[in-house]
Amino acid sequence: MQPVEQRDEVEMLSLMLLIRRFEERASQQYQAQKIGGFCHLYIGQEAVVTGAIAAVRPDDYVITAYRDHGHACCSRGLGGSMHFFDKRHHMYGGHAIVAAHVPLGVGLAFAIKYRGEDRVTLCFFGDGAINQGSFHEALNLAALYRLPIIFICENNLFAMGTSVKRSTSLKQIVDRAEGYDIPGEIVDGMNFREVRDKVAEVADSIRKESHPAFLEVRTYRYRGHSMSDPASYRTKDELEKYRLDDPIIRLRAQLTREGKLTNEQFDQLDKRAKETVLAAVKFAEESPELPVEKLYDYVYFNGAKS
Amino acid sequence: MREITYRQALNEALAEELERDPNVFLMGEEVAEYQGAYKVSAGLLQRFGPRRIIDTPISENGFAGLGIGAAMVGLRPIIEFMTFSFSLVAFDQVVNNAPNMFMMSGGQFNIPITFRGPNGPAHQLGATHSHATENFYASVPGLKVCTPATPRDAKGLLKTAVRDDNPVLVLEAELLYSSKGMVEPPDEELLIPLGKAEVKREGSDVTVVCYAQTVPIALKVAAQLEEEGISAEIVDLRSIKPLDEQAIFASVAKTHRVVIVEQDHPFCGVGAEICYRIQKDIFDALDAPILRVSQEDVPMPYNEHLEHAVLPNPEKLIAAIRRVCYA
Repeated sequence: MQPVEQRDEVEMLSLMLLIRRFEERASQQYQAQKIGGFCHLYIGQEAVVTGAIAAVRPDDYVITAYRDHGHACCSRGLGGSMHFFDKRHHMYGGHAIVAAHVPLGVGLAFAIKYRGEDRVTLCFFGDGAINQGSFHEALNLAALYRLPIIFICENNLFAMGTSVKRSTSLKQIVDRAEGYDIPGEIVDGMNFREVRDKVAEVADSIRKESHPAFLEVRTYRYRGHSMSDPASYRTKDELEKYRLDDPIIRLRAQLTREGKLTNEQFDQLDKRAKETVLAAVKFAEESPELPVEKLYDYVYFNGAKS
Repeated sequence: MREITYRQALNEALAEELERDPNVFLMGEEVAEYQGAYKVSAGLLQRFGPRRIIDTPISENGFAGLGIGAAMVGLRPIIEFMTFSFSLVAFDQVVNNAPNMFMMSGGQFNIPITFRGPNGPAHQLGATHSHATENFYASVPGLKVCTPATPRDAKGLLKTAVRDDNPVLVLEAELLYSSKGMVEPPDEELLIPLGKAEVKREGSDVTVVCYAQTVPIALKVAAQLEEEGISAEIVDLRSIKPLDEQAIFASVAKTHRVVIVEQDHPFCGVGAEICYRIQKDIFDALDAPILRVSQEDVPMPYNEHLEHAVLPNPEKLIAAIRRVCYA
């Protein structure tokens, strides 16, 4: 496994680009009615999942809520908008009931400790999840049993149309962790390197001695909650302010300044990202639909009918 | 064969499955140091240690979800609800996560989890502790639900449930824990398949479909009615889902009359589904309408007499049988 510092930052930048281009294309496809139901875009938050994944091993466990396209891209898995799963890459979903997956994440961590492994579980969720009962039960269990899990709150300031200020009794989300005797820190989620370095530090500590940790990663989504949200609950000025913090532009500028990336190289990366996304669209459009009879194969493992 | 209690049968099943497969663990409130709220897990902590037998805080949603997450990566959790009335706090986990994961992940993640514990009314436990949840859970695609009535069935079904690679609910009954029955000796592996009913008593005049706590009621009534010349065939479902409709149909084809006696509420209860299937598939075999005996459609009162009036009992069952027999 490659040590964190040596993991190619240019590769990570291209992954962030892939997510960005994927999400832009998903938005178009949704508007063209090729994607149905809900569609929650990760645009603006790319540094959070990419930084976190860059900091851990391929055999660590990842689980998240419904804004999961970025997490899926990182594990190269595909499924259906809110429910991406990829067993091979240890991506355990893609979950739609707010905070209901947080106990699942604790279960993944429980299994790690049960087996005496030194993996960690990365459990992502949004600022809306921290007031749900299952979140509280999960944190208490993780602390009580000293499980190897990093609770990563992607605080993009809004749960749908409700700001953190209007939903949460504490001034800072990270303070919730203190109530469970879990160490917590705030991280700038628009800064790839800061996310990566902090997650690496915490993961390292957990591998040495199993315990939970909490990171409040402050980020921003440039689009609405979902495709049907015009986001009138925030001002244009606020959006413009956060656009200046675009994590992709930021990492690009750092790498360019340090002589690790030229403009031509960046353009190549972007071109490749767009091509990959277009190939994915083509693959999706050319893939056959599942025959209706096959539905019953997915009720029980081994296909037994009731 | 030797005579043991339903409680001992469950204890044996747990111990055997824990012994057999290191991925199996038992988790729930008071299962370890307290030896089980109803002593079902007595001795297991001493034998298997705290890594395998785990006490939890009062966090049903949390530990049900923990079990499902652990099952996603190949452990085989047995999650105990102290009573299935408390499972309602974890309803989202049991209904949204356990049964859906296989389909949502396109077949990548099956959930080999067992949820077990006492279910249904007992004695004067009040409206919030008396829920019969079998019909709630049986209506969810992706779950399996069984309801053992005897020690033998309890042992055989729990063992099968633990080995099943899907979420299985084993709905026991507090009032049956001390009941006794004959069970194979421990050196004989006892596995009873899910989805298979059992004719507990053969008869020719009427089919009585029952499960869990209504099985002893039905057997008692059958013995009594035999003396009046009514021969009742007692079909113990053992599993609610999958439902053994072939066993039901075979009995009805023979007797032409049906009474269903169930421990749940009438509206959308288990018996409603069975009625539908019988009249749909073997309508012409019936010589009378199908009757159901269930709880009354009221929240469970605490008062002893009122509770007795709410619950299914031998008198109500006898009256229903006489009606379908036009006797």
